[in-house]
Amino acid sequence: MPHLRAAFNLARWLLRSRADAEDVAQEAYLRAFRFFPGFQGGDARAWLLQIVRNTCYTWLEKNRAMESPVEFAEEQFPSGGPSPEALAVTGSERERLSRALETLPARSREVLVLREMEGCSYKEIASITSIPIGTVMSTLSRARERLQELLAAPGRKETLRGL
Amino acid sequence: MACEESRELLHAYLDGELDAPRAAEFERHLEGCAACVRALESQESLRSSLQRAQLYEATPPGLHAKIRSKLRDSVAPPSRRVFAWQLLAAAAALILAVGISWKIVPRFRSGTSTSLAESALAAELVDAHIRSLQPGHLTDVVSTDQHTVKPWFDGKIAFAPPVRDLAEEGFPLVGGRLDVLQGQTVAALVYGRRKHFISVFVWPERAGEAEQYTGTRNGYQWISWRQGELRLCAVSDTNRDDLVALKDFFSR
Repeated sequence: MPHLRAAFNLARWLLRSRADAEDVAQEAYLRAFRFFPGFQGGDARAWLLQIVRNTCYTWLEKNRAMESPVEFAEEQFPSGGPSPEALAVTGSERERLSRALETLPARSREVLVLREMEGCSYKEIASITSIPIGTVMSTLSRARERLQELLAAPGRKETLRGL
Repeated sequence: MACEESRELLHAYLDGELDAPRAAEFERHLEGCAACVRALESQESLRSSLQRAQLYEATPPGLHAKIRSKLRDSVAPPSRRVFAWQLLAAAAALILAVGISWKIVPRFRSGTSTSLAESALAAELVDAHIRSLQPGHLTDVVSTDQHTVKPWFDGKIAFAPPVRDLAEEGFPLVGGRLDVLQGQTVAALVYGRRKHFISVFVWPERAGEAEQYTGTRNGYQWISWRQGELRLCAVSDTNRDDLVALKDFFSR
């Protein structure tokens, strides 16, 4: 199955769940297969990841309508697991980063995953996510700044909430 | 350049998405601005933590088979459309394999010292390097991580270019791209050297001796050597000693 590794990884980070990613990846490949006659040639990975991404968003709308794909709302984190801040004290570096990344809204998470894990260029990210290159750049910079804040300021959010 | 503008460009610079003049302008700003240097360093360190953490999710072992069986069940007539997909993939692989063995190998195989030095190839390599310095052409895959750059070439070319991590030796990996030279696809690895870029072109060369050639063209240096079944050629406007050092690190 071409690009399955990349497809599964993107789905897992967008959905924040391995089990859901497995379901959605299967559905995405069925769709890709159906749409294949319409494939115009070009970058097959980008084409496939675009389908995976769209399948993920459709799934999210249907199953987790409460989650906003765009807002930075840490409170919406679904599993009730420890916050990145709490993990700063107890967790491994990997857990911390993973949790911080999951805390970002889906639209930020996807550009980070495509950039940092898949090594996509801005142009490729733009074509996968159907957003303009300028927006890719600004989303990416906001996502990284936010990630850094999350990793750098343990306990800050609790303090704010306490007020 | 003002700090505000520099912050906007920082991420594009970090990702290798700035064209050469803008990158140079950004670097000039860095020379006089400690705050922007700190911001860049902090983003670089975030990037290395992300890479160190290896967040890439492993694919469940059974997923491949599940998709395959669903595909088989979902279409009627089932075998035919699967067959079309497979046929297409097989055809593509065949075209690639034939193209490579037919075109690349024979043309480069006879490459002796004089033929490389005299042929248009050296000139084309230098031109390809110069072309890569144009906006947006430097890299197709941008990463300082050899484990990202190397797999990127999988399936795009029929050989595995040696991707070395030489950051500690003063040649940070910037990324990779594909170039077409004399009608053949070659891998190009991009390394940084202070403020210069070095393209290391790689292509298969079945026969030939372990000879080393060097030359100069339009102020660009190039050095070419053989490594196993591959020929490598490093091109840059940095000095020759740098290229020789890079070559030594590669063939070590």
